[in-house]
Amino acid sequence: MSALVLQDVRKVYRSGDQEVVALDHATLTVGDNELVALLGPSGSGKTTLLSISGGLLAATEGTVTVGGQDISGFSSRQLDEFRRESVGFVFQQVNLVPFLTARENLMVVDEIAGRRTPKERKVRADALLEELGLAHRCDNLPAQLSGGERQRVAIGRSLMNEPALVLIDEPTSALDTKLGHQVMELIRSNLKSRGTSGVLVTHDTRMIGYCDRTVSIVDGVLSHDGGSSATH
Amino acid sequence: MNLALRELRRRPSRFGVATGVLTLIVVLLLFLGGLTDGLFVGSVGAIRSQDADVFVTSSTARDSFLRSRIDPELRAAVEGVDGVERVGGLGFALLTARVEGASADSDPTDIALIGYELGGNDLPAPPEPGTAYIDERVGTDGVKVGDTLLIGSAATPVKVIGNVSNSNYLLQGSVWVEPSTWRDALAANRPDLQLAPGVFQTLVVSGAGDPAELAKQIDAATDGATSSLTKPEAELSLPGTEQQQSTFLQIIGTTLAVAALVTALFFSLLTLERTGLYGVLKALGSSSLQLFTGVALQALAVTAISLVIGGVLTLGLVAIAPAEIPLLLTGGRVVFVAVGMFIASFLGSVVSLRRVVRIDPASAIGGGT
Repeated sequence: MSALVLQDVRKVYRSGDQEVVALDHATLTVGDNELVALLGPSGSGKTTLLSISGGLLAATEGTVTVGGQDISGFSSRQLDEFRRESVGFVFQQVNLVPFLTARENLMVVDEIAGRRTPKERKVRADALLEELGLAHRCDNLPAQLSGGERQRVAIGRSLMNEPALVLIDEPTSALDTKLGHQVMELIRSNLKSRGTSGVLVTHDTRMIGYCDRTVSIVDGVLSHDGGSSATH
Repeated sequence: MNLALRELRRRPSRFGVATGVLTLIVVLLLFLGGLTDGLFVGSVGAIRSQDADVFVTSSTARDSFLRSRIDPELRAAVEGVDGVERVGGLGFALLTARVEGASADSDPTDIALIGYELGGNDLPAPPEPGTAYIDERVGTDGVKVGDTLLIGSAATPVKVIGNVSNSNYLLQGSVWVEPSTWRDALAANRPDLQLAPGVFQTLVVSGAGDPAELAKQIDAATDGATSSLTKPEAELSLPGTEQQQSTFLQIIGTTLAVAALVTALFFSLLTLERTGLYGVLKALGSSSLQLFTGVALQALAVTAISLVIGGVLTLGLVAIAPAEIPLLLTGGRVVFVAVGMFIASFLGSVVSLRRVVRIDPASAIGGGT
């Protein structure tokens, strides 16, 4: 079973009488345990593709299947449930909850879903933070963490609900090259060790080496570069 | 839900302004409520202290106790009504009094001299002739148990033998005496109003069944010579009482509306500021209802804190307020203010609901293209 299947997906925005096609008949399959880089310039539609794949936006046409679930016709309530249970997100701006500690930022994912007991949440959050090398920072607030540490907490948060698919939006855009490579290494190793698939949106070609495959997008049209480019 | 309370605990300063403003509103509401109740009880305390279901006045008096006259014949007709169990005479006179031995230059105290036949809720049975119970309000003018009060210009002497509370009439401190003492003082000081033996202004009646029905039966039995009022009607029949109540209640209602407005404004701004955070939480699967519940919970928690601080401040204010200010802080009024504030703040927080619902989870990753 593929982690993500986009079949002939279109996304059209209407602005007055004008139509803007953000995604034009996109077809993409992300296999199990596969990390795909989505490469494209600003405004190419890569964020739209990521949002549709994560159930944040509804496609205008086409079908979206995540972990065997066709989410194309889901209501907003079903999409909430889908996001709680089936996908993880790493946002470009990190977007941690500023008044929660690193540990609590992970636990909040389970709190929202009403999953696990508080004790079990803490155990899982601590285990993830330890894997990410942040065991000693679990009681720190985001403001007390460095940019790289915050990004690592965000990676931990995306894995908290044990998702089939993690969607990662420009994870290195705010980091220097060295930190960027460290974070990408962590993303790859954490996804691969769990057999979790991922789609990584980036415009930084230096980071695509961490992915199994690269897909380019320009003006909403996907072009499959094919082949495995993973070097790590 | 936990998230909302954790924010409140970890970032209390963010909620400081709202808590401060709502606290001031709570103090204002409790103070206004205390004044409303104080003025009301100060006016109708004498009525409220009666253990009676119906107050009978003569129909020509147009529900005025002071104008009313009930003679023994009419009283007998009332006593003969089915369901009437207990009947007592009651009479009022607004006079002045001076403590015997006080300096001639001192101002006399305004009092309501009340003659009565039956003890009431907190009212003892009538004292011996020539003696009186006085309300604590008269006590604040320096009158003590053991003093002799000289009533009116005729200086009718009455010895104070005890205190009663919350039993005033038309905001005058009440002096409770048995009927003949009252009748004598009235004859000596207000000869124009003097009453023959056996004549009272009002009858207090206790009986079985519905008081309104009993009042109707009494008026029917007297062929319309009486106008009988239930206790709540009697309280509101006193001049100015109803107007006073409705004016204060309107001010209190307006103040509660201001509380709702303050909550609405504050939490709308806070929600606007949290648009990004709520976008992320929605992306993680939070529903609009979960997020709104957090906003409402914060509004209610801020209100609860304001109620506690405001309550303590008001108690302090009541303690240092001059005795002349008729403040009465009752448990019922505190509950009314608390419930009113909770409702107002919840309604205020509902304004944020629309904004929360409209936050797009896609905004967490930029949305758009």
